[in-house]
Amino acid sequence: MSARFAPGDAVRVRWAHPPGHLRTPYYVRGKNGVIERICGAFANPEELAFGRDGLPTRPLYRVRFDQRTLWPDYAGREGDSVEVEIFEHWLEPGT
Amino acid sequence: MSDTHSHDHGHDHGHDHGPPPDKDGPLTYYQAMETAVRELLIEKGVVSADEVRAAIEDMDARSPAQGAKVAARAWVDPDYKARLLADGSAACEELGISMGPTRLVVVEDREKLHNVIVCTLCSCYPRALLGLPPDWYKARAYRSRVVREPRAVLREFGTEIADDWELRVHDSTADMRYMVLPRRPAGTAGWSEEQLAGLVTRDCLIGVSLPKQPAAEA
Amino acid sequence: MSDPGHRHHDLGGLPAGAVEPSEHDYALWEKRVDALLVLLGDKKRKLVRTDELRHGIESLGTKAYDEMSYYERWIASITGVLLGKGVITSDELGRKMAEVEARAAEENR
Repeated sequence: MSARFAPGDAVRVRWAHPPGHLRTPYYVRGKNGVIERICGAFANPEELAFGRDGLPTRPLYRVRFDQRTLWPDYAGREGDSVEVEIFEHWLEPGT
Repeated sequence: MSDTHSHDHGHDHGHDHGPPPDKDGPLTYYQAMETAVRELLIEKGVVSADEVRAAIEDMDARSPAQGAKVAARAWVDPDYKARLLADGSAACEELGISMGPTRLVVVEDREKLHNVIVCTLCSCYPRALLGLPPDWYKARAYRSRVVREPRAVLREFGTEIADDWELRVHDSTADMRYMVLPRRPAGTAGWSEEQLAGLVTRDCLIGVSLPKQPAAEA
Repeated sequence: MSDPGHRHHDLGGLPAGAVEPSEHDYALWEKRVDALLVLLGDKKRKLVRTDELRHGIESLGTKAYDEMSYYERWIASITGVLLGKGVITSDELGRKMAEVEARAAEENR
């Protein structure tokens, strides 16, 4: 499996909201995070949803987001985070 | 796995279609749909009544006690813990827990780090390990709020996480499933794995609670 | 005006009330729905994949999503996928549901 990103890389989630079955939640789209780990390669759920095989598999990552980048009113401390599994085709290099 | 070849399936009323219907209230539209779909699939040989029974029994046998056993082993055996954190499913299989295709990631609570699990998009949960999830885990309030205000949600469960602790929320959006490995309670030195497992609740494996504390000595 | 690009089931971060710590023992019919999905999605059958189930649920409509119970949404979605693939037909299902309802009425007399 050739993965575009490595743990520690800064990434940004694409800002896109197409119809269909998506597993990238709305609250992380357009947000910057850091690759926490590569989970492996998996079939694309967006295709599996329609009875297709979702191949080829593609890399799935866990991405860590600082809570303060997700919510303008986040009440907790700096360093609190949310970690989310995101497929490679939703990620771009971040700033 | 039971035989699923269809045989006769002439539909006589003596034919067993599985467990008797639920008797709590009149049959709803969707309950009728469930029965109808199941009977049609059995008639067509797609599934068998035995397979349905076996699948129910399999899920009934899975419970938080399995997760408690895993946590207790990790608390007493540092090498097991390392394997658990590296590959959660394989470590569960070591203890005789069949995980099937589940890809389990175990996240470890540490001094000043607390983890909590959610599936904001639906209800993904490590079922093979813990059994079926509680209603609240699948409902709107938890799924919406725990990613955004985790301390407030944990407070509603009676759990306070100090402000100087890091709080990390894991949203199961794709193929992984998660379990929290809580910190071993103080005052448990020398305890057996069985005793330790007795302190581990389902809710502390999700991360909304902490393990039970040893009862105070009289 | 709600944002059409923000799907109804995609709940992370939305306002909501207190978490009701409710639980219930699963009814037998609910366990049967669960079992059906496990069997239909297994390697032997591959008839209803988890993502097909999810997509079906997400497509039920906002009112249905809010008002149906968890396993009601599951059986509605599973049935939809099976109808779409022609594993069962509406005609068969309609006849069988009527039969099931008649049987239940008979048992309750």
